Amino acid sequence: MSSDYKSTLEEHGVSGDWVEIWNVIMEPGKRAPQVPEDTQKVPLEMRLRGFLVNEQAKLGEMVSVRTRIGRVVDGKLVSLHPRYNHSFGEPQKVLLDIGQELRTFLKKGRVGDE
Amino acid sequence: MSKPLDQSYEAVIARKGEIMRKAIGIDYAVFEYGKLGFDYEGMMGSVAYSLEETSRIQRATGVGNTPLLELRQLTNLARRVAPQGKGARIFVKDEAANPSGSFKARRAALSVYEAKKRGYAGVIAATSGNYGAAVASQAAMLGIPCLIVQEAFDSRGQGQPEIIEKSRACEAYGAEVLQLSVGPELFYIFLQLLEETGFFNASLYTPFGIAGVETLGYEMVEQTRQLTGKDPDAVVITHAGGGNVTGTARGLKKAACSAQIIGASIDLKGLHMASDQDFNRKSFTTGHTGFGIPFAVWPDRSDVPRNAARPLRYLDRYITVTQGEAFYITEALAQLEGLERGPAGNTSLAAAFALAQEMREDQVIVVQETEYTGAGKHPQAQLTFAKENGIEVRRGDPRESIPGKSIIIPTHPAQIQIKDIELDHIRLSYLKNVMGEIPYSSLLEKDREYLEAETRWGQTRIREALNV
Repeated sequence: MSSDYKSTLEEHGVSGDWVEIWNVIMEPGKRAPQVPEDTQKVPLEMRLRGFLVNEQAKLGEMVSVRTRIGRVVDGKLVSLHPRYNHSFGEPQKVLLDIGQELRTFLKKGRVGDE
Repeated sequence: MSKPLDQSYEAVIARKGEIMRKAIGIDYAVFEYGKLGFDYEGMMGSVAYSLEETSRIQRATGVGNTPLLELRQLTNLARRVAPQGKGARIFVKDEAANPSGSFKARRAALSVYEAKKRGYAGVIAATSGNYGAAVASQAAMLGIPCLIVQEAFDSRGQGQPEIIEKSRACEAYGAEVLQLSVGPELFYIFLQLLEETGFFNASLYTPFGIAGVETLGYEMVEQTRQLTGKDPDAVVITHAGGGNVTGTARGLKKAACSAQIIGASIDLKGLHMASDQDFNRKSFTTGHTGFGIPFAVWPDRSDVPRNAARPLRYLDRYITVTQGEAFYITEALAQLEGLERGPAGNTSLAAAFALAQEMREDQVIVVQETEYTGAGKHPQAQLTFAKENGIEVRRGDPRESIPGKSIIIPTHPAQIQIKDIELDHIRLSYLKNVMGEIPYSSLLEKDREYLEAETRWGQTRIREALNV
């Protein structure tokens, strides 16, 4: 299988795939009047995940999705099989020492120079 | 065929009243009187359920009846740094034990029950917090569709890790999650969706949303009596939109408990809540002053015409702690007490740790909630994210921290300190907001009594404050 064929496959979704769509709802400068200056300069965007309705679609195309509760919504296809990227982060030295410090403090009554 | 409705921002916002009436099914006008007043207790009494009914509805889906745990090691720690004879016993209501992992299940239980009972096709809620997961979980239990609208990401497409975890949880319960970028126009989208779906607005601020929390306050008093033989002397409640304070306080009063009611928020002074740039410069997405103060000075800014959360009626004291202090106490809770819980819910615990040191050893202070923890809503995750967003993270004196610029984790437990926010300043702002352009002389006697109940100030004090 050529690498070209593979990348084409990965950029295509088929009907029923779990995908993410994206839309601009309000353009920059046309936001609500009470919005602060920095927010006024950027669009109001939406992202929504659902099952692809189109038989086949490429990333970047306008598509329809059926959401988990059955609503059908249109938008630009931006992700196939989107994953959650949140995690437990990196170990933080500023937190890692606290447990031992406090246990020592409860025993000896001092923190820091034991 | 009827003409399609105008979907422009202005047109949808103009239809707000009508959309809300259909989506909540409460005619708020029947409770209103005079120039500005409304019958708050009448609304709570006639719309929401009694404490017994609320409890029954919640028990049916496994909500409530959470354990009250004594935090002996944290109490010891507080006594070690407190003056001689000081250091109240610290207890925590382990609300993470609710089905969706937070006290918000209590609020969702009544709203979803009501939606189903009245035959709505589904429920919808605008929330980036634990409440979304709570509504989604309850909707799954009662078998009705659920749509959650979240403010989730900034203009770089970068989502708040804590909010992304909530998106995941809502989807896990089968809800549709519509994620939006930063901005108050979320309310516009929310109104459009209410109109399109005909769903029930499971707002946090209806009488259901507040009455659901009353059981928390009530249970807490009963459990404290069982464990200590006395009432709590102080209760600390994480304060954001005001529902947690209001509902808990009402529950305490129904249990005839006169504990001091203390609200606690994370200090996020200087960060604008509708700012795209500030959005990811905070580590706490709720329980902070960015909600706590605006909702106290103007409760009716919420998504319902008359907010059932009215914290100024109940708060005896309002204090803040820093983000670094909440992370520190979260670590201490895990390491000393063996309870790994989410940082946002521990805001009130950080405050209680400092407050206990002002109280006598024979007194009891109760922290009113914990929340679940997981990927994204975890101190390590949130500090990693903070650093990625240019926030300085270090050990030191948390007093030196600046929200949006630095997070300072204490080097010593004695550095956890609270800062008081003057409730009288908040009352004055509230009065100015509610009065607007209305001349004081035009108010009816009932309006004036309403203002007294809202501010807990007498007529003379109110007139002095308003210079009339």
